[in-house]
Amino acid sequence: MKKLLLVLLLVCQGPAWAASASTWPMESFKGDLQNMPSLQNGFKLYANYCLGCHSLQFQRYERTADDLAIPHDIALKNLVFTGQKIGGLITNAMPRAASKDWFGASPPDLTMVTRVRSPEWVYNYLNTFYVDEDRPLGVNNKVFANVGMPNVLLELQGVQREVCAEGHCDHLAVDNGTGTMTTEEFKSATYDLTNFLYYVSEPSRLDRQRIGIYVLLFLIILGCFTYLLNREYWKDVGGH
Amino acid sequence: MEKTKPQESQSGTGLMNWIDARFPATETIEYHASKYYAPKNVNFWYYFGWLSMIVLIMQLLSGLWLTMNYVPSGAGAFASVEYIMRDVEYGWLIRYLHSTGASFFFIVVYAHMYRALAYGSYRGPRELLWLIGMAIFIALMAEGFLGYLLPWGNMSYWGAQVIVSLFGAIPVIGPDLMEWIRGDFLMSETTLNRFFALHVIALPLVLVMLVFVHIVALHHVGSNNPDGIEIKKNKDENGVPLDGIAFHPYITIHDIHATVVFLFIFCAVVFFAPEMGGYFLEKPNFEMADPLKTPDHIAPVWYYTPFYAMLRAATYPFLGLPAKFWGFVVMVGAIVIPAVLPWLDRSPVKSIRYKGRLSKAMLTMFVISFFILGYLGTQAPSKAGTIAAQICTAIYFAYFVLMPWYTRVEQTKPEPERVTG
Ligand code: HEC
Ligand code: HEM
Repeated sequence: MKKLLLVLLLVCQGPAWAASASTWPMESFKGDLQNMPSLQNGFKLYANYCLGCHSLQFQRYERTADDLAIPHDIALKNLVFTGQKIGGLITNAMPRAASKDWFGASPPDLTMVTRVRSPEWVYNYLNTFYVDEDRPLGVNNKVFANVGMPNVLLELQGVQREVCAEGHCDHLAVDNGTGTMTTEEFKSATYDLTNFLYYVSEPSRLDRQRIGIYVLLFLIILGCFTYLLNREYWKDVGGH
Repeated sequence: MEKTKPQESQSGTGLMNWIDARFPATETIEYHASKYYAPKNVNFWYYFGWLSMIVLIMQLLSGLWLTMNYVPSGAGAFASVEYIMRDVEYGWLIRYLHSTGASFFFIVVYAHMYRALAYGSYRGPRELLWLIGMAIFIALMAEGFLGYLLPWGNMSYWGAQVIVSLFGAIPVIGPDLMEWIRGDFLMSETTLNRFFALHVIALPLVLVMLVFVHIVALHHVGSNNPDGIEIKKNKDENGVPLDGIAFHPYITIHDIHATVVFLFIFCAVVFFAPEMGGYFLEKPNFEMADPLKTPDHIAPVWYYTPFYAMLRAATYPFLGLPAKFWGFVVMVGAIVIPAVLPWLDRSPVKSIRYKGRLSKAMLTMFVISFFILGYLGTQAPSKAGTIAAQICTAIYFAYFVLMPWYTRVEQTKPEPERVTG
């Protein structure tokens, strides 16, 4: 028992790659895959602000529209800008080599970004772009130091800067009136975006959990029968 | 009476008689099940052999279905796995069954091996059974390693790269050997293709055949039990061991119930935590293999980490050979050394129940250091970690190397005549 506890204790620390490299105090994120308006809004924001650079090349429009309760004609009209069919994969025309010259790194595919990083990391990433004149694009990020991505949500959020006190710059603040959204609205928009990416990373997650409940219930009932059967057989053995 | 053919038994249905005259069906069933007598005091630890078999079958079936949609090519492998996860009906379930099954295979096999250590099941007359088990263990490690490359994720790529490069530390033949394994100068599609062939055909066949002879050997000598005494020493007038019980139906009914309990735990993971916090499915493996992007920290899957930690614990060059080479030697040594256990154990008793304090202390320390090594292997190397790994490696080997000594000097308890509860 003691051994077991020790192991549990050790395991709780998680593998080394689970630890985040930055010291930024992460704001927590809890995905909600039942929240259709949030997911739909996330999809819309993604199509408008991200898809130009980042594909979701393993996910199809049709599956996404179906899962998010978006009728196909509306999806085709408002979300598919590439002239693709509804059954197509969510790709873009970003040239890999050239984009590397533009940004210093090509924009990666984001289908599984919340599984490679974590949903929490992505949420904080989207919220912590700030002005940094030393960087080629004049912008840096608190959880992804020296990032190559431009601050594409600038018009929504406004100009965000570091607030430093006693040499510590662990606070960010937005210049009043520089963005089209309030702080709350922006947080909610980035929540929706992250929630959408959380969905895309594993579109069958809800199915999995729903079916899982039935499977476990079935096994409990089956287990009762096998237990009773077992007892019945061993009754006549006696002793042990 | 005269009319009955001599080969056909009196009992049984017509069909069974027909078959029995042409194939030893009833005979085999009786030999392996209804008239195979297992000790009636077998306990919890005796479920894991059966469960290993269940997991093996599950892996074979889920693997077969994965192969129907998997594409073994550099450009297609990663995408085909995501295709299975998204576009194939219940593909996600098949994949999670297989990936979770791999981890559970090692959980049940490690428990199965621990049982053999605790109750002295490796000792005579079961030496060959134990050696077959060791061959299964090595084949299983190879099977897991080969399979891990197939999703062509970044950890697949770099993990395989690290392990294959270990062979490069072997003097003289190392570099050529590495190239021979990969079939290329780098990890490439050629490597992926041959790993695929080995993973889906060669090793499953080897495993199935080894498990078959494992059972044949077991049923020839009979099961050991927690008391470590031979039930065949006390038989009734019909030659049935007094402490034995027919495998079927008594043990099978136990095993069936254990299977349901096992499946409950297994399915809880499959349906609610298939990544198991990054232990069963490692995060960097959700990114496609990229020869230019080394993951921050390369660690094999948890079931190899005890051996990986021992590999990294070797930090000194010796006899003009690099530390890496000695790490390789330590790791291979750690994997194969249990094979000689039957000849290391000199105790008059088999089971830990009747062995002395030294044996109990050594087994406990062995298990603890194995767990600590497993943990250290998942972590990035550090100074303290390396020292801890060196100490645990020493304990791991001491358990084996000192066994001829400590099993002889210690005071043991007398074994009972008949099995206890
Ligand atoms: C102008 C092109 C461009 C647009 C538009 C863009 N990005 Fe990026 N993004 C990049 C580049 C380039 C990188 C790589 C940065 C690096 O590696 O330094 C990146 C990196 C990222 C990463 C980190 C990936 C990782 O794991 O390393 C995330 C997450 C991300 N982008 C999300 C978004 C989201 C969400 C949007 C839409 C709001 C978006 N991006 C819009 C160019 C873009
Ligand atoms: C695919 C993997 C394996 C399968 C399917 C398997 C199957 C079994 C089964 C069904 C039994 C009888 C039930 C039991 O005692 O639990 C058994 C016994 C045994 N196995 Fe395995 N086994 C596997 C791997 C191994 C390994 C890796 C070892 C050791 C290196 C091993 C060593 C033994 C020993 C010593 C016994 C006899 C135990 C006793 O009677 O106390 N097996 N195995």
